[in-house]
Amino acid sequence: MSGWELGLLDSSSLKLLGGVVLVLVLATAIARLLGRRLGATSTVTNLKQRINAWWLMVALLGAVLAAGETVTIVLFLLLSLLALREFITISPTGRGDHKALVWLVFIIPAVHYWFVWEHWYGMFSVFIPVYAFLFLPARNALAGQTAGFLQRTATIQWALMVCVYALSHAPALLQLPIAMELGRDAAEGSAPGAGGATGAQLLLFLLIVVQGSDVLQYVWGKTLGKHPIAPSVSPNKTWEGFIGGVLSATALGAALWWVTPFTPFMAALLAFISCVMGFAGGLVMSAIKRDRGIKDFGSLIPGHGGIMDRLDSLCFAAPVFFHTVRFFYT
Amino acid sequence: MNVSSVLRRGLATLISAFAGARVATAAGDSEPELPEQAIYYANHSSHLDFLTIWAALPGELRRRTRPVAAKDYWGSGVRRVFADQIFNAYLVDRHGSSGTRQRTSDSGVSPKGQVEGMAEVLTAGDSLIIFPEGTRGDGETIARFHGGLYKLAQLHPEVPVVPVTLANLGRILPKGEVIPVPHLSTVIFCEPLYLAPDEERQAFLARARQVLVDCLAEHQGPQPTDASEADERVSPPRSQARQDDL
Repeated sequence: MSGWELGLLDSSSLKLLGGVVLVLVLATAIARLLGRRLGATSTVTNLKQRINAWWLMVALLGAVLAAGETVTIVLFLLLSLLALREFITISPTGRGDHKALVWLVFIIPAVHYWFVWEHWYGMFSVFIPVYAFLFLPARNALAGQTAGFLQRTATIQWALMVCVYALSHAPALLQLPIAMELGRDAAEGSAPGAGGATGAQLLLFLLIVVQGSDVLQYVWGKTLGKHPIAPSVSPNKTWEGFIGGVLSATALGAALWWVTPFTPFMAALLAFISCVMGFAGGLVMSAIKRDRGIKDFGSLIPGHGGIMDRLDSLCFAAPVFFHTVRFFYT
Repeated sequence: MNVSSVLRRGLATLISAFAGARVATAAGDSEPELPEQAIYYANHSSHLDFLTIWAALPGELRRRTRPVAAKDYWGSGVRRVFADQIFNAYLVDRHGSSGTRQRTSDSGVSPKGQVEGMAEVLTAGDSLIIFPEGTRGDGETIARFHGGLYKLAQLHPEVPVVPVTLANLGRILPKGEVIPVPHLSTVIFCEPLYLAPDEERQAFLARARQVLVDCLAEHQGPQPTDASEADERVSPPRSQARQDDL
């Protein structure tokens, strides 16, 4: 390994980011070519918007990783809050929920991410599923509105689990290398940034595989897709897209084994699990959107929709990836 | 370009970002074409309402638009400075005497003479933002309109009356709450209305209200599953007598 390091980035992570940039350069060129050949159709415009948004997202990710673990955690806290805003906007909450929503938005996510930042696994793994889970319905009951109580409480809880708890396992990967090298006891309460470059590699591996799987499923689905998996949920998710996307993204993960602490076989297995979970996340969010009668969660990312439309797969993949790695490697 | 205009633009961006405000026309266009001068009226469910409309307007129109705001809330202390210096609000006295601060009042009564003052704002060439319900509602129903909108349209028939539908702002800061919770909201500028030469007061007010009702039904977020709120919707509480002035 060479000695170059900037924040959490080392030369291997830089190669990963460089690879992503190469793919984006290629995609930009193809989109330009398509634009010249087909004119400014809505598909081409959408494709260009999507690629431009990817450029921004990759630049942002590279910047925060270079700035260190604290900044990366702050970014994911902000993403959680934006996702939460989209989620409660489409949730059937009423005026009686307002006090609980104040806790949900302003207090619980910040406290949770604080525990993540402290590397206090024992606390951040139970804070939301135990304490917030029991506190929020109690606060809501005090507000006094009983009609639809279970449904409203369950929705709030679900929003918190997906948008905050599940998503926070992505930046929590940054602290896993300490447990992998020195053991779980030494990892508890270790200094932010102590995971070093290996943590950033784990995070980049997960992000590239999961987001790559999304893109590949889209490409396979658009080119070969015929048999929908769940037509009543999403006509765009086909068996061809699913199998082609998951297999090619698994191959991509296996090919990236050299930046991870994993063997090629384990890299492929972890990539496969993450892709299947990512698919599940997309499917679940599609079902929610279909039920609420909306196409996208928001319009924050041009071409993609809302934050939640981009992060749906990551929300499902990150916790499982985190715990699988933690189980087998620490 | 001076300091206050930079400040105003920054504040407008901040308000729009916090309220997650998406601006649209009734047809779904994201860049509405707005007239030089207008009487903007909107449904009212939150203290954020006029801020959000103000922030959603293009800069050159925003400079010449005066939100009509209640003196009992915006008339003193820091809020007064904001209302005067930043928003250039036209403050009206809802409760007769300026000394009373009945923030929880359900009625939007106002003494005679307010409409004439607003009409002068229009005569000076500025636009107005008004809330014809007179008071904040629950965010789902739209109360009966007070007569001020009709009188303004009558005094200035040449100024287009632009309906603005606000969806979800009542969920960000419902009546009686202090801390706003971010939701995505929508500001919809509908097609302008004009008072027909022989149009009756009630007919015009009902027509103006119906535009907001229809647009809100189309763009409203999910309805609460709360049955008690559904009951309230059938008979909105209006306890005090009101004058049809504002």
